[in-house]
Amino acid sequence: MQILDLLLCLILFPLIAALFLLVVRRDSWRSLIVQLSAVAIGIVSLMLLVLGFDKGTLLYTVGSEPVSQVMFFIEMILAVFIVCLGIKYRKSLSVVLILLQAGLLVWYETNMAGHISVGNNLFVDQFSIIMALIIGIIGTLICVYSVGYMETYHNRHKEIRDRRNIFFGLLFIFLAAMFGLVFSNNLLWVFFFWEITTICSFLLIGYSETEEATNNSFLALSMNLLGGVAFMVAIIYLAISDPSGNLMDLNYLLTTGKAVALVPAVLICFAGITKAALMPFSSWLVGAMVAPTPVSALLHSSTMVKAGVYIIVRFAPVLAGTTEGLIIALVGATTFAFASFMAISQSNAKKVLAYSTIANLGLIVACAGVGTYNLMWVAILLIIFHAIAKSLLFLCVGTVENRIGSRNIEDMGGLIVRMPKIAIMMFIGMAGMFLAPFGMVISKWAAIEAFITAPFGLIFIAILAFGGSATVFFWSKWMGKIISVMRDQTVIEDTVKKEKWAVLYILTGLVVVVCLIFPLISSVLIEPFVLNIYGQTARLAQANLTIMIMMLCLLMIMPFSMLFYGKGAQPPVPPYMGGRPMDDSMHFAGSMGVSRELVLSNYYLEKTFGEERLFMIGASLCWGLLLIAGIMLLGVIL
Amino acid sequence: MIPEPFVPVFYALVYILVAPLLGGLIAGIDRKVTARMQGRVGPPLLQPFYDVGKLFEKENAVVTATQNFYVLSYVVFMVVAGALFFSGGDMLLVIFAFTLSHIFLVLGAYASYSPYSHVGAERELLQIIAYEPMIILTAVGMYMVTKSFFVSTIMASAVPIILFLPGIFIGYLIVLTIKLRKSPFDLSTSHHAHQEIVKGVTTDFAGPNLGKIEIAHWYEYVFLLGVIWLFFAWNPFIAVAAILVAYFFEILIDNTISRVKWQLMLRSAWVIAGTLGLVNLGVLYYLRMVVP
Amino acid sequence: MTYLQKSPWIVHYNASSCNGCDIEILAALTPVFDVERFGIINTGNPKHADILLCTGSVNEQNKVPLKNVYDQMPEPKVVVAIGICAATGGIFRECYNVSGGIDKIIPVDVWVPGCAARPESIIDGVVTALGILEQKRLKMLQKGNSDSTKVGEA
Ligand code: SF4
Repeated sequence: MQILDLLLCLILFPLIAALFLLVVRRDSWRSLIVQLSAVAIGIVSLMLLVLGFDKGTLLYTVGSEPVSQVMFFIEMILAVFIVCLGIKYRKSLSVVLILLQAGLLVWYETNMAGHISVGNNLFVDQFSIIMALIIGIIGTLICVYSVGYMETYHNRHKEIRDRRNIFFGLLFIFLAAMFGLVFSNNLLWVFFFWEITTICSFLLIGYSETEEATNNSFLALSMNLLGGVAFMVAIIYLAISDPSGNLMDLNYLLTTGKAVALVPAVLICFAGITKAALMPFSSWLVGAMVAPTPVSALLHSSTMVKAGVYIIVRFAPVLAGTTEGLIIALVGATTFAFASFMAISQSNAKKVLAYSTIANLGLIVACAGVGTYNLMWVAILLIIFHAIAKSLLFLCVGTVENRIGSRNIEDMGGLIVRMPKIAIMMFIGMAGMFLAPFGMVISKWAAIEAFITAPFGLIFIAILAFGGSATVFFWSKWMGKIISVMRDQTVIEDTVKKEKWAVLYILTGLVVVVCLIFPLISSVLIEPFVLNIYGQTARLAQANLTIMIMMLCLLMIMPFSMLFYGKGAQPPVPPYMGGRPMDDSMHFAGSMGVSRELVLSNYYLEKTFGEERLFMIGASLCWGLLLIAGIMLLGVIL
Repeated sequence: MIPEPFVPVFYALVYILVAPLLGGLIAGIDRKVTARMQGRVGPPLLQPFYDVGKLFEKENAVVTATQNFYVLSYVVFMVVAGALFFSGGDMLLVIFAFTLSHIFLVLGAYASYSPYSHVGAERELLQIIAYEPMIILTAVGMYMVTKSFFVSTIMASAVPIILFLPGIFIGYLIVLTIKLRKSPFDLSTSHHAHQEIVKGVTTDFAGPNLGKIEIAHWYEYVFLLGVIWLFFAWNPFIAVAAILVAYFFEILIDNTISRVKWQLMLRSAWVIAGTLGLVNLGVLYYLRMVVP
Repeated sequence: MTYLQKSPWIVHYNASSCNGCDIEILAALTPVFDVERFGIINTGNPKHADILLCTGSVNEQNKVPLKNVYDQMPEPKVVVAIGICAATGGIFRECYNVSGGIDKIIPVDVWVPGCAARPESIIDGVVTALGILEQKRLKMLQKGNSDSTKVGEA
């Protein structure tokens, strides 16, 4: 089989599945279709890996003209659709932005598209393969999980209209768009898929049709459309610079056209910043948490936001060593620090996940913005590790929420007793996010080592050190909450469906396995890619790798010590309560003989790490930085 | 002689065997000196060993069996961190292993779901976030002087590191106060009887588990003082003297300054240590990178 | 001598003392008497302690906490009743809510007389307690051994 067939299959197959899902309304059929397509997509992405990992960059010509026409047509229809919705819900900002964007597109099509034809519309290299694996495995796993989740969701929320056919249709269209995005070499195609992800996410966020959901979905839409406008301006700039259209070829632009690429790179990175929800645009991602949890998992771990960082990482070689790149990196680093601080003050589990996501995306952008070869390597590592661990955490939180009816961390006390398996998975997922020797710490470590040799790296290291310690705080206290052992609790996780377990097991396994085999992933996929671009590459020292893997094994052996302690131990004693005895239902005699329940709550340090104040500071800093970048850009253009 | 590749393993083994003895001795000296400062005679020098010996003679009462696991992990990873350090490993890896081990202690305290342990655990976390940035900056500073994160290279360097990193050194001493659980930063638990939250993180550990925590402290002492050594690595005599002076200084602070609230701890650790460290690194960076 | 005798950690519980005996206990910690010389530490946490120093008499309010503090101490452990109040109820004996000495609630191993008990006799009491502590440890050890042999037989 040809690699091109695989690419087309990955883009088109989810579309076909989506069509079926749109019409099918029977639960059993839907579940079957989703599972079969997930398996199929997963296998095809793996085949792509097997066939394509050693081939370097491959370019493919696909019938350009008709496809572009169809794309233009679809975009116009979508624009009309958004305008109608915007008018219906009185969201003038979205309407203005979509009209602006559509206007630019029409102007481009009528005035310039004529002489422009891009030879190679599709391409694939190791980075695309990595992204395809993330989308094709993690993305589809999330879809499989959603089937069971949405059933429970609608049972719990009778007031929400059951539009599951549209929901699953959108999920698969989304996957198709993501595949299209990472395989497109024609910038106009990238833009098309970019817009599709924007609109799909808009519809998915607003799925529940409550007022809050609608508002937040329009917020997400406006911010992403703003990015879309910047993207379109970049395309027009490129078309003007070289009327023959060679620069529209992403691969050509990145390899040979670096001189003119800076302006469009910054514009496209701006689009990436909006999509990756960095400050000052972080509010859409936080707001998007109203959506059903699998949507959050899909948008914020493996796809949507990853599209944003994907494009920034692509342009990293252009940004390397420029002041503009440095500014973008600073936006990322500022976001990392402030989002990490803000996560401390949150008790809503999904918001903590949201802020942690924003923080990590910030870190990826910081790496890509500075853009030296070893930072590029770190950025890709971060993308991989973050996608896996974060999707696991989102799905665990979703499962817990469906069981206990709350997404508040304070309600998750004693989860290790109530839902032991889920709690252990969450534990592993969180460990994956902040503990050595798991993925994110490997990346953080590599980032410190890489920044130290980069220009102005000291600033980034300082931000990383302070922001990173905040990460330790908010994860550990959450971890502490779920592992605290409370008596008088019953197991409530046996009603969780089989396929959900399967998905959770696979993701948990991935968190651990990817840590174990990451040297392999690095040497097979990341290093050749970085080598190809920069002529040199980074890797961790062999001695350190051995130690990391030994630590990981040690960590996996440690729990077996429990078996040793289980034998012949006397029954546990109650905790010290200042002399007051506590019964098994956690009650003790308070003053005046009143019986009180023992309730322990975590620190949220609102005064120090309050959300609003920090957002104000962080967002103004980032606006300032973006403004400077904008002025510099104008200087270059004029 | 030991063949070349086994030298690190040898050093790690030496650390694993000798560190508890040395650490216990340091704790004993600490208590003796503290007592003298307070006008008392103080316990015998080997008192910490008697204490731990005693703890292992007691019953292992736990609130939940998982506590055993967390405490064991705490000790094991503390040993791993220290062994990595003394075998000349990567400073950053050492720091991450060090943090990992502390997280286990905190989780052990959380697991018991008891009010005092809980408050202790939260405060311990605050302490971790207060000191961690400074420790990372210390490693970065060492790198800027010696061009390596590996302890072996830093040790071998003939440069008097302290002359390049005075700010970092002071910052490190400040967070060392947190790490050694010395007043004014002994928020989560204290070696003295004057803790306001019973015994903080260690409240619900009894008998052998508490003994293990104590042993982990000894390993930790040796590691933390080892970092001071790095600043003076070019001359062992000065290094030993510096460690002695620094430790004496910590005891003096412990006995003269009262405990602060967490806000002040976090602020002083981040602001004072952070600025000192960053200014120091900034100057160094400027001299190294900008002025050729 | 075992480690237990070299490192007796105490927890001090004030049942309903007049604070006279308590001040004497604290006096024992001061430079003049300095009980840390003998490895004695006032832990303030029953889970860390080997010896419970109890002052004052038992009344309705402190019955439960006293028992609780005692129960929380890991074996082996001894109780030292300090002052006449702790022994019999002392001058509070006739009060409407006082039930008597602390042996009404928990087993007492050493009685230290005095009103208030002097620091010297308190230290003496603790030293006496050490001997009992050692006996208890040996008993615990034997019991543990016989337990494990039983397991082995089964
Ligand atoms: S024995 Fe005397 S000094 Fe001691 S508590 Fe009783 S009344 Fe007070």
